[in-house]
Parts: sequence; C-alpha cells; structure tokens
Amino acid sequence: MAGFAEKHKKLERNVTLLGLAAFVTVAIGGIVEIAPLFWIDNTIEEVEGMRPYTPLELAGRNIYIREGCYSCHSQMIRPFRDEVERYGHYSLAAESMYDHPFQWGSKRTGPDLARVGGRYSDEWHVQHLIDPRSVVPESIMPPYAFLAEKDLNAGDMVKHLTAQKRVGVPYTEEAIAAANEDLMAQADPEAVTTDLVERYPKAQVRDFDGDPDRLTEMDALVAYLQMIGTLVDFEAGEAQEEPR
Amino acid sequence: MDTLLLKASGWLAIVFLAFIAMVLAADAGFAVHMAIIALAAGITLWVTINKADYAAIGRGILKAPADPGTYDDDPIRWGVIATIFWGIAGLTVGLIIALQLAFPVLNLNNEFTTFGRLRPLHTSAVIFAFGGNALIATSYYVVQRTCRARLAFPGLARFVFWGYQLFIVLAATGYLMGVTQSKEYAEPEWYVDLWLTIVWLCYAAVFIGTIVRRSEPHIYVANWFYLSFILTIAMLHVVNGLSMPVSLLGSKSYAAFAGVQDALTQWWYGHNAVGFFLTAGFLAMMYYFVPKQAERPVYSYRLSIIHFWSLIFLYIWAGPHHLHYTALPDWAQTLGMVFSVVLWMPSWGGMINGLMTLNGAWDKIRTDPIIRMMVLALAFYGMSTFEGPMMSIKAVNSLSHYTDWTIGHVHSGALGWNGMITFACLYYLVPRLWGKQRLYSLRMVNWHFWLATLGIVLYAASMWVAGIMQGLMWREYGDDGYLVYAFSEVVSAMLPMYLIRATGGLLYLAGAIVLVYNVWMTIAGKQRDEKPMTETPHNEELDKPIVGKPAIAPAE
Amino acid sequence: MSYEALRHFADSWGLLFLGMVFLTMIGWTFRPGSGRKHNEAAHMIFEEDHDDG
Repeated sequence: MAGFAEKHKKLERNVTLLGLAAFVTVAIGGIVEIAPLFWIDNTIEEVEGMRPYTPLELAGRNIYIREGCYSCHSQMIRPFRDEVERYGHYSLAAESMYDHPFQWGSKRTGPDLARVGGRYSDEWHVQHLIDPRSVVPESIMPPYAFLAEKDLNAGDMVKHLTAQKRVGVPYTEEAIAAANEDLMAQADPEAVTTDLVERYPKAQVRDFDGDPDRLTEMDALVAYLQMIGTLVDFEAGEAQEEPR
Repeated sequence: MDTLLLKASGWLAIVFLAFIAMVLAADAGFAVHMAIIALAAGITLWVTINKADYAAIGRGILKAPADPGTYDDDPIRWGVIATIFWGIAGLTVGLIIALQLAFPVLNLNNEFTTFGRLRPLHTSAVIFAFGGNALIATSYYVVQRTCRARLAFPGLARFVFWGYQLFIVLAATGYLMGVTQSKEYAEPEWYVDLWLTIVWLCYAAVFIGTIVRRSEPHIYVANWFYLSFILTIAMLHVVNGLSMPVSLLGSKSYAAFAGVQDALTQWWYGHNAVGFFLTAGFLAMMYYFVPKQAERPVYSYRLSIIHFWSLIFLYIWAGPHHLHYTALPDWAQTLGMVFSVVLWMPSWGGMINGLMTLNGAWDKIRTDPIIRMMVLALAFYGMSTFEGPMMSIKAVNSLSHYTDWTIGHVHSGALGWNGMITFACLYYLVPRLWGKQRLYSLRMVNWHFWLATLGIVLYAASMWVAGIMQGLMWREYGDDGYLVYAFSEVVSAMLPMYLIRATGGLLYLAGAIVLVYNVWMTIAGKQRDEKPMTETPHNEELDKPIVGKPAIAPAE
Repeated sequence: MSYEALRHFADSWGLLFLGMVFLTMIGWTFRPGSGRKHNEAAHMIFEEDHDDG
C-alpha cells in the first residue's frame, strides 16, 4: 500500500513537471519579445500633435469597432513608395499611442484608412456610407444606411473617458467632467466650443451628417473618419524620424 | 438533500443576478446577454430540482449505448454532435460572407447581416466552436484511453461542455449585435472572456486530474500536446484579454494596451491561437488517431518528443511576422521572421512522423478512405507550414500582406489540415462511441473526401491568384511614373476569383453535409448496402499475356 | 539594464544556453537504452484493444 502511494506521488510529480516545463518553454518567447516594448525608449518616438480622441471621435471609433470595419480596412501604411503615394506618409508608432485597442487591421479588402481624414467631404462620406455603390460603382462594401437613422446613444462619456484614463490615456479632469457636453457640442454648429478646441487641438467642429437637428451615429462615425491621421503635421518641415 | 438545496439556491441566485443585470444594463447587447445567462441558469435550475433523470433522457435522444463502466463517454458523444453542428454553422456563414464579397447586395442593407459583423461569427464558429469542441471531445477520449482511467471530476467535465457552448452562444450573438473587442480571433468582450477563463480552468482540471489518476506509467505524447495546448491558450487568452470595462453593467471595454504594444500582444495571441489551438491540439489528435486507424505505432516516438519541445518553443516567437514593415520596432520583426522560418523544421518533422506511420501499409491510402483523409490532412499541414514560413520572409510579406493570399494560406491550413483531420477523427469515433460495427457508408466517406479536396483546391488556388494579383496591381507603376490602378479597379478585378472561392466553399460544405448524413445513419444503426472499399479483385483469367501477339509491338 | 546590454546578452550567453538545452534534450531522447522504453510507449495505445472494443 505504501509502495503504491509512493509510486503515485511520483507520477503526479511527473505531470506537474511536464506542465511546468511546457509552460516555461512557451513563456520565454513572449517575455523576450513583448516585455521590452513596454520599457525600451525607442519603441514609440514622440511626435508633436498627438492628443486623445474627443468624446465624439471616440464614440465614432467605437462604432467603427462595432461594425468590424477593421476586417476590411487597415490603418497602417507601410514605408513603400506605392503605399505612400496611394495613402500618404507611412504610419508612425506614435500615431496609435492612444488606440485602445489598435486598429492596424490585417487585410485590405478596402483601402487603407490611416490618413483618410480630410480626403473626402462630409457629404461624400455620408453618401458613401448610405450607399457605397452610388459613389464608387466597383465597391463591394456593405451599406450602412442605418447609421444615419439611429440617434447616437454612446452611453455616459464620463465613464468612457474614465476607463480610458485608467488604461493610460492622458485625459484631464476637466475633459472627463465635460465629456458629455463635449460630445453634443462638437456636432452642434450653434454650440460654444472654445473650451473643446482648447482641450482637443485641431478638433473639427460642425454638423457632420447633414442633419443639424439630430446627433446620429453617422455624425460620430464621420467625425472619426475625418480626423484619422490628421493630428501629426508631416509638412511641418523637420524630419520626424531619426535616420537609422 | 442538503447539497441539492445548496445547488438549487446557487442557480436561483444566478438567475436572479442575471435578471437584475439585464434590467440595469447600460446597452442592449449586455441586456440580451444577461437574458441568455438567466435562461441558461434557469434551465440548469430546472434540471437540478426536477427528479427526472436527464442524463438518461439525453442518452435516449443520442441513442447512446449503455455505459459499460470503463470510460466516461457521454460528454464525448455530446462533443461529437456539437462539433458537427457548429462545423456546419461555421461553414455556412463562411459561404455567405464569401458570396457577400462577390455580391454585396447580400449584405441585405441590415445592420445584423453586414460582412463586418458576420466575419467574426464565421472565424469564431469554425475555430472555437467547431475546432474547440473537436479538441475537447477528442482530448476526453484520448486521455481516458491512454491513461486507462475514467475522467476525473465527471460533473466538471459536463460543466466544461455546456459552459463552452454558452461561451459560443454569447460570443456569436454578441458579434451579430456588434459586441466586440475588435481583436481578431479574440473578439468576445470582457465578461465573456471571464466566463471562458472559468470554463477553461475547469477543463484543465478535468484533463490534468485524469492524467494524475492514470494507471499507465507513461504519459502518451498526444497528452503532451493537449496539455501544452490547454496551458498556453489559458496564458494567451488571459494576457490578450486584459481590458478595462466602461461599466460593470455594460458590454464595452477598452483594451489594457495601446498601439504598438497592443498590436504585438494581439498577434502574439493570434499567431499562437494558430500554433497551439489549431496546431498543437490537432497534432495531439494526429498522434493518437493516425496510429490507431493505421493499426501501427507512430513512426518514431523519439521524433515526436523532439517535435513537441521544438514546436512549442519556436511557435511562440513567430507572432511579429503579422506586423512586418509596420510601426513595430525592426528588431521584433526580424526576430519574428527568423523564428518563423526555423519553425518550418519541427513542423515538417511532425508531418513526416505522421506520414511515415503508414510505412509498410501504404496500400491503406487506397483501401481506407479515413486513412486517405488523414494523409490529405498531413499533406496540407506540410504545405501550409511551408507556405507560412515563406510568407513570413519580409520580402515576400511585403507583397502578400493585406491581400487574399493570407486568406488562402489560412484556409489551406484550416480546411485542409484542421478540417480533414477532424472529419477523419469523427469517422473513427462515431462507430466506436455508439457501439456500431462500422460506419453507415465508407463510400460516402470517399465522396466527402473528394468534395472537400476539390473545394480546398479551388479555394486555395483562387485566393493565391487573387492575392498575388492584388499585391502586384497595387504596386504597379506606368511609364509615366504614376500608379496604374485605382484601388477600386483592383476590387473589381477580384470578382472571378471570389466566385471560384465561393464555389470551393460550397463544395467543402457539401462534403460536410455528406458527413452529417453518414453520421446520422450510423447512429440510427443502419448500414448502407454497398460494394466494399477494397482492392480491385484479382482476375486470373485476364492475368496472362495475350497469346499470339508479341508483348511489345515492333516499331513500323 | 539597457536594451543594448540585454540584446548583447541574448546574442551570446542566451543563445548558447538555449542551444545547449536543445542539444541536451536531443541527447537525452537518443540516449542508449531508451529505445525499448520509447517502443513500449509507442505501442501502449494498442494495449487497450485487448480489454475493450
């Protein structure tokens, strides 16, 4: 009986050992590759102009995520001549530093959107989202007409900004407190928006969906699309990257 | 009686809490999910307090044979049915979204049926619902047989099965409602992630507990692969799922990491979901079921040990090859590329080990359609583990990334390797689990084989052409120094390829439907009256030279 | 510890260490006399066939 217990103990130890050895083996690679990204200085080169999203842009970005836009659109321009000519300056690490989660994508069924902001008019975006083939006959994009009909129900933006702050996005106390007002103000041509623009430089303030009486999901999504890639000024002379 | 009361009040409390959460929910998606949880807990409560023997009723529905007391096979039978059910569902959604890319009108101008929402439904259904159920069911089967022990914690084993189905339902309904974290292959939101973590830890407890109880001194190598799959998936899932909920009563959360760090964490997860879910786990199936079906031991047990350690060590590094030429630091990209290329070696070591198991019994490829499926699976495993390292070379990746070539690569692995090895295992398992002499029809296995093979060939070939065409058209310059093609022109050039791809998917789905019929009839206890799948009979009459004529005609 | 120092360590001692681990593992697997054990392990999945269907 004692012999059996002895033997059994050894077997138990074996499966524990096997599990442990396997776990250590798989952990090494992740630790060596991922951990340094969090403390090596040159992972993200600081660039001027980056700021957290405005509440409306964030709400639009959440719609972008909800609809799975990343399935077909990347937001990561690679440093190749054709991509830079087609989409604009290649993407920098700093440009997605406030992206929780990142939206680099993995497939271009549709074009890259990393610098789509300002490239088309609001009217074009609205028309294109309602009926893509009315503006691009070859398009295979699904229609998103329902966005124009649904009132924006983003939830309590104070809570959203608080959650963002908890994961490291530098929203100020004032910005968090004013989140719900800022959300409404950005798409309201009548509103006073000096504080909003001061908090979020380069924020675009206007009615986006062509229906100034309502704040729709279309407003939020177009506001987001119109700001993607516009924060960093690549024409401001100086090279942003150090030569390697 | 006391435990019954305790259990019942526990389930009642969950019903109650889920109902309150539903009423107070911050968004509709969360409310629907809480309603589903309340319903699931309510059904469990009913089953707990009702005197009826639901296990017996379930066995009746499934026509399961009586439990002889050797092994605990009920959860495996449920798992086989779930695997087939989710397989058909996942393949059907795949066909639908393939057709949406060819005919966008099929998006139906409705928020619930757009490509963006159906695509994660397809990927999760085939990987986690079909593949996951296959892995759980086969691991329960293999671990019992190789340990010569009944499942440890039978109640927990059943909880794992039903808990996993609840995870699938929550994930799938979430995608349709737009509840997503947007991390590819890890889309479910924070509370669904937490639920999966609980289920997964229970799964680990059942599996490891059974190994601890074993009466065989040696732990068979298939169990090593299952064990590494369970442990690694737990690690990947927890780290990649870290996020901050906006509200404890709402579905939305923000990922813990941002930008570059988030991208690498995601693809460390994403690549190793392929490496450990779709490779290590399915290799475990290969190391048990291929030798069993071939009736000969694995070619080299030593090679299988080296295969195991080098595969799990190397795989985990390969993630950055999903981020070539992005804003990820160069050193990480290079590291990912080098390890991806080296990974080719253990992958092919495993393929050779599987194929050579048939050494001396190659005739079975002709006579046994299940062996034929296994060989095809291993061949596709070999092909996609060659294609993968090749695509991870930065120069190749600059062309292939963002194109349909990646989609083709994934499907040659998923349809060819994961799909075919799973189907072969199902064909192996069904007669044994239901105590039947043989399958309803071996010839229908053969039809399934050819439908699936033709489907994969059409799929992989069309996506390969589409991908390279896209890559080349995007970067083509004219004599004037301008880009030749607008993006929209490249989109319209894809139409024929997308049609061929959808045809391939349809054939593959048709093969799976043949499987459903075959399994259904097998469980019903029928046997098809058919010519046996054996060699061509020897005809002595014809086996001689034709008299009066020279064997070789003289040249004129 | 800087990135450069770690990189240097990984390229030299780290690489050597993991290489040695790998060679030891192969050596252990192929050690003389282990053939019988491995053969038994490979055949063990067929033993159950004697007692159950």
